Amino acid sequence: MSVADARPAAPAAMPKLAPGKLLWPLVALVTVALVMAPAGALPAWAVKLPAAWQLGLAPQISAFMKWLMESATFGLFSVREFTRAIAWTLDLPLSAAKAVLSTGLVIGQGSDAVKLAPPIPWFAMVALGIAAGYAVSGVRLAVLMGLGLLYLAVFGQWAGAMVTLASVLVSSLLGAFGGLLLGLACVRWRAVERAVGPLLDLAQTMPVFAYLLPMLILFGFGPVSAMVATIIYAMPPMVRVTILAIRAVPEDVRSLAVMTGCTRRQTTWKMLVPTALPALMVGVNQVIMLSLNVVIIASMIGAGGLGFDVLTALRRNDIGAGLEAGLAITVLAILLDRFAQGLAHGAERGAAGRSGRRLALWAALAGVAALWLAAALWPSLATYPEAWRLSTAPWWNELVRWINLTFYSQLEAVKVFFLLNILVPVKRFMLALPWPWVAAVVTLAGFRLGGLRLAAVTGLMTLFIALSGLWPAAMVTVYLCGVGVALAMLIGVPIGLLAAANPTARKITDVAVDTLQTLPSFVYLIPFVMLFKVGDFTALIAIVLYAVAPAIRYTAHGVSQIHPALIEAGVMNGCTRLQSLLRIRLPLATPEILLGLNQTLMLALSMLVITALVGTRDLGQEVYSALAQANVGKGLVAGLCVAFIGIIADRLLSAASGRLRQRLGLG
Amino acid sequence: MSHPILACRDVCKLYGPRAERFVRDGKLAAEPSALAEAGVTAATLNVSLEIERGETFVIMGLSGSGKSTLVRILSGLTPPTAGVVLFEDRDLASMSEHELIQIRRHQMGMVFQHFALLPHLTVLGNVAFPLEIQGRPRTEREARAREMITLVGLDGREGRFPRELSGGQQQRVGIARSLAAGPDLWFLDEPFSALDPLIRREMQDEVLRLQGLLKKTIVFITHDFDEATRIADRIVIMKDGRVEQVGSAEELVLKPATDYVRAFTRDAPRAKILTARAVLAPAPPGGDFAGEVAATARIASFARDVERATKPFAVTEGGKLLGVVDRLAMIDVLVGHADRAA
Repeated sequence: MSVADARPAAPAAMPKLAPGKLLWPLVALVTVALVMAPAGALPAWAVKLPAAWQLGLAPQISAFMKWLMESATFGLFSVREFTRAIAWTLDLPLSAAKAVLSTGLVIGQGSDAVKLAPPIPWFAMVALGIAAGYAVSGVRLAVLMGLGLLYLAVFGQWAGAMVTLASVLVSSLLGAFGGLLLGLACVRWRAVERAVGPLLDLAQTMPVFAYLLPMLILFGFGPVSAMVATIIYAMPPMVRVTILAIRAVPEDVRSLAVMTGCTRRQTTWKMLVPTALPALMVGVNQVIMLSLNVVIIASMIGAGGLGFDVLTALRRNDIGAGLEAGLAITVLAILLDRFAQGLAHGAERGAAGRSGRRLALWAALAGVAALWLAAALWPSLATYPEAWRLSTAPWWNELVRWINLTFYSQLEAVKVFFLLNILVPVKRFMLALPWPWVAAVVTLAGFRLGGLRLAAVTGLMTLFIALSGLWPAAMVTVYLCGVGVALAMLIGVPIGLLAAANPTARKITDVAVDTLQTLPSFVYLIPFVMLFKVGDFTALIAIVLYAVAPAIRYTAHGVSQIHPALIEAGVMNGCTRLQSLLRIRLPLATPEILLGLNQTLMLALSMLVITALVGTRDLGQEVYSALAQANVGKGLVAGLCVAFIGIIADRLLSAASGRLRQRLGLG
Repeated sequence: MSHPILACRDVCKLYGPRAERFVRDGKLAAEPSALAEAGVTAATLNVSLEIERGETFVIMGLSGSGKSTLVRILSGLTPPTAGVVLFEDRDLASMSEHELIQIRRHQMGMVFQHFALLPHLTVLGNVAFPLEIQGRPRTEREARAREMITLVGLDGREGRFPRELSGGQQQRVGIARSLAAGPDLWFLDEPFSALDPLIRREMQDEVLRLQGLLKKTIVFITHDFDEATRIADRIVIMKDGRVEQVGSAEELVLKPATDYVRAFTRDAPRAKILTARAVLAPAPPGGDFAGEVAATARIASFARDVERATKPFAVTEGGKLLGVVDRLAMIDVLVGHADRAA
């Protein structure tokens, strides 16, 4: 054991400089020296990975996928037939939902198509939404649902919104149910949990596009592939929530199940799941919101819906239309979120005393059926009359044009300032770092924070990124996310501190953070593309905005969970406000803030693929362009790199937070 | 005319949506039912107290009696809904934040029920904390902190973190911290109720020892009547936010003002509370005594001698004979008949 490992408990071992204290300054010094080193001072292989060393995984994966789809068979039928059968099955509910909500029931193709039934008329949907809102939560939600749905109709977003809604409903139903089953399996069989755990990590950190691609190949081009990708992305939180919720069911309930002679199935479905229902509904809420997020992204590649509307509008440079569709996404997101929250709270309160509300829902359903029938007879009823439609697009266009004309020099100055003073230098610095040194430092950090195991995990992952041949793109990713996260923390932590200290500020930030977290990541880009055009700076703002929410939330939570007696002890010792903040609140909230940093980073990474749309040159761009070229191998490898960066950061920050927590005796 | 170091007049703390208006409308004097009607809960109601310099004043009550609220009002942590708190004749409410900070830095110290030690600081760091925030230089504050650590008997544990100490040791750190700045007024808010009974006793002795050494004014909150009688000069018994009675332990036992106090003191260890004066009988003419005890001596301190002797003991004060105590008196005290004395 070295001196650095000696417990701080040793009396009189006051802060003499232990070797451990010098380690990180030394690392920083060497890093700077390496970056400043003149060209040629470092061996060439350290600066740029020789082509011979590259793993060349991408072509192999592509070749494997090709073989899988073209030659592999299960004997009786080929893999292709098998996956297409799955696709056909999954397509049934999706087509049904789309038929009911958006297209109407149609038989035949093209000009031979015969319309059997129209979609549910818009006013019937509005009524249904109001009734459902009332049944689930009460008058407030009913009003919100009514207004939101009317907004979609009045501003001409109805068709896109219904396509999106159909996808979200089907994929979150499948995702929630699948997640529940998988979670139950994890609880029942340890082996399943051990196998599923790392996959969940991967699914949550890998950009959606990366596995959208294999899906396209397996299930064919079409909405089903997008739906499968959506389900994979949205399911992990449900699995985790299920595991936690089922484990948290009180032992007494299990004992009761045994004593009343329940079979295993009865125990699960009559005891465990109902008892855990309130917690499970929180998972359902997450599934719905994540589904919406991905559906929006996926719809950009041809699935149709609001995301597609935004993208086409932006391509036409029709800013107003883009904003309108973006706002529609926001409205839909808020409606879905509040509705799901209402469901969760309802499960918490229990179903007692809501028979009146149920009645309202059934009445509304009957009404909807009648209206639908009416619409089948008089098709003109089904669609929102064109003449009643309002559009704010010209107004938005005018506004953005005015801003761009009036504040052009200011906007440009801000952008140039950030680019010249922050973005470009950091980017150069990151790109100048020799990869062996980065790998060594990451491994060292893993070792210091979590021992050999963590060192092995982080070291190998870094090595994979280096050997994948995507090192420069990875470093651009790290730079963009790093700067974004740093800015998000700089903004978020003070706001969080303020929110913790001031109830009014808390209320305001709660609403703001809720809204920020509800919006699909894609929405963030829209206004900034208009003001700053495409490029790293726009991407940066979008990342910061998207990622600032957890920084605020975790800081506020970390500070407000400090035992009040500790704050009072400070007051009684005569702390000024500043002293109380710097010496008590901030140090004690640090572990929580670190977790917030972790979340911030995860969100920043998930934003990457979206920012690729505005022309960044990072891993997100690699994934995106691989999608365009249908290059499975390249897409998967780049996706894995993003996932690994996320996992490395997650493991290091969690370990740091855990150590700090332990040192503070916070358990 | 001595000025109390700390006093409060008609202090109330009300909770509820309309608490402020309730006070403004002058309904405080009304019956308790008026409170309930207005939807207001009173944590303390019309409490007036005076705490003299150098005394050990115990605020005593069961949970929910308002004692914790009262101490938070007295220390200025919570402003009262109505009434004033005077520290050295100055109204706490009229002081600026700066003045309050100065008073807390130099004149008040507080020990908390759950210790409230800062987990990221060592024992030394915790004890030096009050001095650190005053901006004292490191060497000075650490020297003083070490002094305090020695005072509470934690030598050699300066480098430990709070979680590495037992509960009793942690509270010793809390005590050392509260004394580090050399306060005049020392609040102890249920300091030992989180500790095991044996440790609790040891810590009470510690407070008595420190008080003998340092002569602070102590405001001590407890729900344990035994603890109160062990250390108090005067005790206030609270119930439902109101003061039931203020007095020495002996007064509470002998002349309970209300049934509540009577019930409270019924099972108190009388021998440890009552003095010879409380049980003496008129001296028979031509006194023949086995010995002599002071009028202020607690019965427990001489009971055994009296029981052993066949003849009564003389009770004296300043050399003057006040009366006698005999075996019978001892048995009465221990069995619980104080009627003869009262």
